[in-house]
Amino acid sequence: MKRAMMMLLGVCVVAGMVGAEVDLAVRGGVVHTMAGGAIKDGVVLIEDGKISAVGPASSIRIPDGVRTLEAAVVTPGLIDGHATVGLTGIYNIPHDQDQIERSEPMQPELRAIDAFNVHEELVAFVRSFGVTTVHTGHGPGELISGQTLITKTHGNTVAEAVMVESVAVAATLSPIAQKGAKKSPGTRAKMMAMLRGELQRAKEYVEKGERVEEDDDEDDDEKKAKARDLGMETLGRVIKGELPLLVTANRAQDIASVLRLKEEFGIRVWLDMAAESYLLIDEIKAAGVTVFVHPTMYRAYGDTENMSYETAATLADAGIPIVLQSGYEGYVPKVRVVLYEAAWAAANGLGFQRAMGAITIDAARVLGIDDRVGSLEVGKDADIALYDGDPFEYTTHCVGVLIEGEVVSEVVR
Amino acid sequence: MAFTGAHLIPVDGPEIDDGVLVVHRGKIVAVGAVGDVDVPSGADVVDASGGVIMPGLVDTHSHVGGISGADRSGPIQPGVRVLDSLNVMDSGFKRAVAGGITTVNIMPGSGHLSSGQTVYAKLRVGEVATTIDALLIRDADGAMMGGLKMANGTNSMRDAPFPGTRARSAFLLREQFVKAREYREKIERAGDDAAKIPARDLHLDTLVEVLEGKRVVHFHTHRHDDIMTVLRLKEEFGFRVVLHHVSEGWKVADEIAAAGVPVSAILIDSPGGKLEAKHLLYETGKVLDDAGVLLAYHTDDWITDSRYFLRSPALGMRAGLSRETALRSVTLNGAEILDLGDRVGSLAVGKDADFVIMDGDPFSVYTKIRETWVEGEKVFDRSEEGDLLYAVGGYGAGHDQRPYLCCYGHSQTGAQQ
Repeated sequence: MKRAMMMLLGVCVVAGMVGAEVDLAVRGGVVHTMAGGAIKDGVVLIEDGKISAVGPASSIRIPDGVRTLEAAVVTPGLIDGHATVGLTGIYNIPHDQDQIERSEPMQPELRAIDAFNVHEELVAFVRSFGVTTVHTGHGPGELISGQTLITKTHGNTVAEAVMVESVAVAATLSPIAQKGAKKSPGTRAKMMAMLRGELQRAKEYVEKGERVEEDDDEDDDEKKAKARDLGMETLGRVIKGELPLLVTANRAQDIASVLRLKEEFGIRVWLDMAAESYLLIDEIKAAGVTVFVHPTMYRAYGDTENMSYETAATLADAGIPIVLQSGYEGYVPKVRVVLYEAAWAAANGLGFQRAMGAITIDAARVLGIDDRVGSLEVGKDADIALYDGDPFEYTTHCVGVLIEGEVVSEVVR
Repeated sequence: MAFTGAHLIPVDGPEIDDGVLVVHRGKIVAVGAVGDVDVPSGADVVDASGGVIMPGLVDTHSHVGGISGADRSGPIQPGVRVLDSLNVMDSGFKRAVAGGITTVNIMPGSGHLSSGQTVYAKLRVGEVATTIDALLIRDADGAMMGGLKMANGTNSMRDAPFPGTRARSAFLLREQFVKAREYREKIERAGDDAAKIPARDLHLDTLVEVLEGKRVVHFHTHRHDDIMTVLRLKEEFGFRVVLHHVSEGWKVADEIAAAGVPVSAILIDSPGGKLEAKHLLYETGKVLDDAGVLLAYHTDDWITDSRYFLRSPALGMRAGLSRETALRSVTLNGAEILDLGDRVGSLAVGKDADFVIMDGDPFSVYTKIRETWVEGEKVFDRSEEGDLLYAVGGYGAGHDQRPYLCCYGHSQTGAQQ
């Protein structure tokens, strides 16, 4: 491990020396690169928004005159593995709540880019704790609520901020997506029946599209265009394995339903919340499913009444990939801070390294963005968080945040 | 019993590095540094080396126990008692002791101007408590102790007969206090003349207790102007009041201090979620403390979970609150707010032997509560599997009963209040 780290550092130093114009430097008493171990008295150099060098101060020279931010602890910018922030706003009134559309139970065609408000105060709020990347979008609460996106927490427009426009299709297998007054779905079984029906339709839509593709009769082109269905196109991407279905499920029987769905349609699924996932360790592992564990300090009630603070650790111990998240909140706190949720997981069996991984490099890998973020490595985006102590401690402050080399927060939070 | 070797945090005095705590018949009989305190011969000596002992936590605002209060028939129902809704078997009590809480003010919700009487409880849940009566705290006369819940701002505004505006909220409360005054005067004027004594009214009886200072008002209030409305009502009717939540308390800290009113504050991870909490700050605790306000934190369980009550003062410290006040804010200050300052809240000779044994500093995220003791009885032990289940959660740790709050369930399912 140590040797691997030294080799890596060697590469970094070389890369740092070839750099032409260093814009900014960060120096930390401890730099958690999340790529090969922590560096004592480490330095990160930044050029054109990218990391151009990482290594110990003894081997990386900060060019004269370059602004240097210093802190006791430096980490990669944090990644919130799943949130609704930016679609949900601080006021919690209809005006700023776009995470759920109630008109129909299944609307995969709803895109998060058409709703994400990069200027939302709560986006800036979580950023001030070091969160630089958020996987956010349509929330739990309808059978299929819409799509999610991945965005940086900084930018003037969604186009500037967004990293991945469409990441997953959000679905809910939980009584919170059931309806009263003789409307569907009204039961667990009906939820599955509707989901299966819709996925079956999507499957046929894809197959039909493929047949049309194969048929090179140009007269069919018009017919093909008329048949376009935005919802089916989206679910078709799920059928084809391009997008995972991110399914919120807490009870063991609902989690089992998700796995059954995956099996039946051969789709990719991500399990969201999964309060009782500790009852189905073998099944989840066998299915190769990643769990986006509920916010560690989520409220134990209803579907989550049997949640455990140790679930993240239990799953990780079993070798199941996990991601930590701030989730969705309907009341207060309107947004959770994924740093806090990771801290509570760290203190409840997950430990520092795995908890930090779950909100940096491991989350980046699951989300498919590890080529750009998640660790402090040469060539990656200069997304960096600075702390005056152990980032997980209650009394530590986040003292600075960089996104793509730009200092986006200097408040002491 | 004598607990030795631990770092003691008495709260009302300096911390003691290697201390001895002696407990006898449910009371603290000695506390001090090793060598300064005689361990009585025959005492059971518990080696608490490496541990940290502090007083049992006092939570001045909680909804554990499957609470309910007033119904929707009217906005002001002081005669209703939260006591009559409590389920002593509720797992919330188990979680509270897992969080080190030993004394709690159990409140009905905030969806009314007054949703009823609160009850002060000791979490004597070690042995099987079969009725809620086992948990009550009684005063010198044997009467159960508790306050009266009131609220203003948006939670208690709704369709008639509830108020639709802030002004009407204040009017409706003033009207009831005026009635209670007249009711009391009628009773006084009647003297021994039974014919002139008005028919007993349980709602007004409660308000009379408030007017006479026998019952403290625990007032849910967030916005700075709502806080000032509470202080105005207090001024007009002369009742004793504690301000609860006070999201915008930092805006009127000097006014709160001048009124001599204590605060029971909430600390939420982020501002917002409701309009009144838009300007909630982590700094509120520090600002109030600096202004000279007596400060306590509360869980508002389920809004924040009892198991991490210590997180609130710790986050207050993150925003500048002193360690000393942070410690007091969940112990002695809370005890004083509940008129229990002479009985609980510090490790002092003569006080109830309510304490918590931890494996580290109370304000570290990594610290675990090992044991919680109430009146010399162990009520939580992390090394017991059954207790651990409630401490960390897991299958079977769920609620026995859902509390009826005000606005949580509605928002959670998407409906807007």
